[in-house]
Amino acid sequence: MHAAVIVFPGSNCDRDLALAFERAGARVSMIWHKDTALPEGIDMVGVPGGFSYGDYLRCGAIAAKSPICHSVVAHAERGGYVLGVCNGFQILTETGILPGALLRNAGLKYVCKAVQLTVVTTQSAFTRRYEAGQTITVPIAHHDGNYFADPATLDRLEAEDRIAFSYVNNPNGSARDIAGILSQNRRVLGMMPHPERMAEPLHGGSDGALLFTGLVQDLAEA
Amino acid sequence: MKARVHVMLKNGVLDPQGEAVRHALGAMGFDGVEAVRQGKVIELDLTETDAATALKSVTEMCEKLLANTVIESYRVEIA
Repeated sequence: MHAAVIVFPGSNCDRDLALAFERAGARVSMIWHKDTALPEGIDMVGVPGGFSYGDYLRCGAIAAKSPICHSVVAHAERGGYVLGVCNGFQILTETGILPGALLRNAGLKYVCKAVQLTVVTTQSAFTRRYEAGQTITVPIAHHDGNYFADPATLDRLEAEDRIAFSYVNNPNGSARDIAGILSQNRRVLGMMPHPERMAEPLHGGSDGALLFTGLVQDLAEA
Repeated sequence: MKARVHVMLKNGVLDPQGEAVRHALGAMGFDGVEAVRQGKVIELDLTETDAATALKSVTEMCEKLLANTVIESYRVEIA
């Protein structure tokens, strides 16, 4: 299982994300945003958190147009797995791989704390190691995590069981308490909380680790 | 020629920054401000000399990068 972690100018969770993949048993290649192609045989792409391009214009907007992102979109369209965390989620919505957008937090404040999430669906490689309805604790750290989509899109996400995680106590105004969503083929996950920052006991908890171990093992078996 | 692009959050999309500005204005004693919406203005210097071509080109820029049409609307002025 070979994962690529994309590095943009301003990414700051790239090494954490790479470590979480490695601990789960994956081989990881760090890919610079100016590269135009992913290495051969990539199973999984991680789009990390941070402040790509200084959040200029809109969070994730410039990164979404960078050379490597064309390859990430192509990888997703071929049915490849993609995980976008925080700024990575914002980037995935800006590319159009995932629907909706992330607005400024309703409370206007940057929120940095551990929050409780409900695992809404276990029907994905990312979430199948959890139990449906399970509550897990994962940190958030963002200013623009207020998930927005029009009501028809939100209804479709619910009807298609594509809400992966929801907040127990909504910290940012997200529509329908959404913390993370899946693509239609369930192989792309975008989420604002940081599972890679709660992936081993020294982090204060390891609720995020199952996302990575489940994904890596399931892909290895596939 | 120059182009000026106005980007605003769409009606119905919560604008917490505009709302905070409205609160501040009220606290400063400016009465009668019912709503504030905050947007951005982007100015472009273009080599294009034909207004219609410039408008078409800037509109494409808006659709592809300058605005996120999921949440934002835009208006282009060519001068």
